[in-house]
Amino acid sequence: MKLKEIAAVLNATVACGSERLEEEIEMGYCSDLMSDVLTLDTDNLILITGLVNLQAIRTAEMADIRAIVFVRNKKANSHMIELAKENGMCILESPYSLFNSSGLLYQAGLKPVY
Amino acid sequence: MKLSFPIQGGDFTHAGHPSSEVKKVLKQLDIDVKTIKSIVIALYEAEVNVVAHAYRGTVDVEIDENKICILVSDEGPGIPDIELAMQPGYSTASKEVRDMGFGAGLGLPNIKKNTDELSIESEVGKGTTVKMLNYFS
Repeated sequence: MKLKEIAAVLNATVACGSERLEEEIEMGYCSDLMSDVLTLDTDNLILITGLVNLQAIRTAEMADIRAIVFVRNKKANSHMIELAKENGMCILESPYSLFNSSGLLYQAGLKPVY
Repeated sequence: MKLSFPIQGGDFTHAGHPSSEVKKVLKQLDIDVKTIKSIVIALYEAEVNVVAHAYRGTVDVEIDENKICILVSDEGPGIPDIELAMQPGYSTASKEVRDMGFGAGLGLPNIKKNTDELSIESEVGKGTTVKMLNYFS
């Protein structure tokens, strides 16, 4: 799925990385536990999380994940946006719950990591 | 090449800065991306451990032609039973650390998974030193 399609399905706003909206994302992974994210061997994925803090961005940086969607209507702060921009990430913010977001993306064809 | 960074216990805002810097250096050295990912994930987990458990620490990195050696040493409570701490799911992390998205007892096992050689030395009441070695493939 293209990032712009993901944003549309999730009724999400683009907090940064709008220049990357044409990029294809193959898989989705949901977690509020960053240690789990750090165990993944794949990286062409979008991280779907309700954990909105700097460490979510850092985790994505280390794991080579270049797209994150923050769910439950949570907003990234300016420090997070700055770090995300430094790393060329696309950040989306969706008003939907984690369950709803995941269901919609799965239905739209985004693949699970496992 | 040698690099050194301080870590402050409890400072979650700056956790990951050393890993980020090491990642930039390794990219410049044109190291394979999978190898870089393993190295920075291991370092990041080790950093989070210091921030989560210790008072202060340092990251010392030594890079040569075919390997990277990273020493993360801290002044902190130490680990009474390293074997137990290596078991996935074993954790002594506070609620605050868990709220940050860590503290599920996966850090040390994940460091082991991402390093070619790992040694941990710890003295209760003094601190812990984690030595991680990765070869460039």
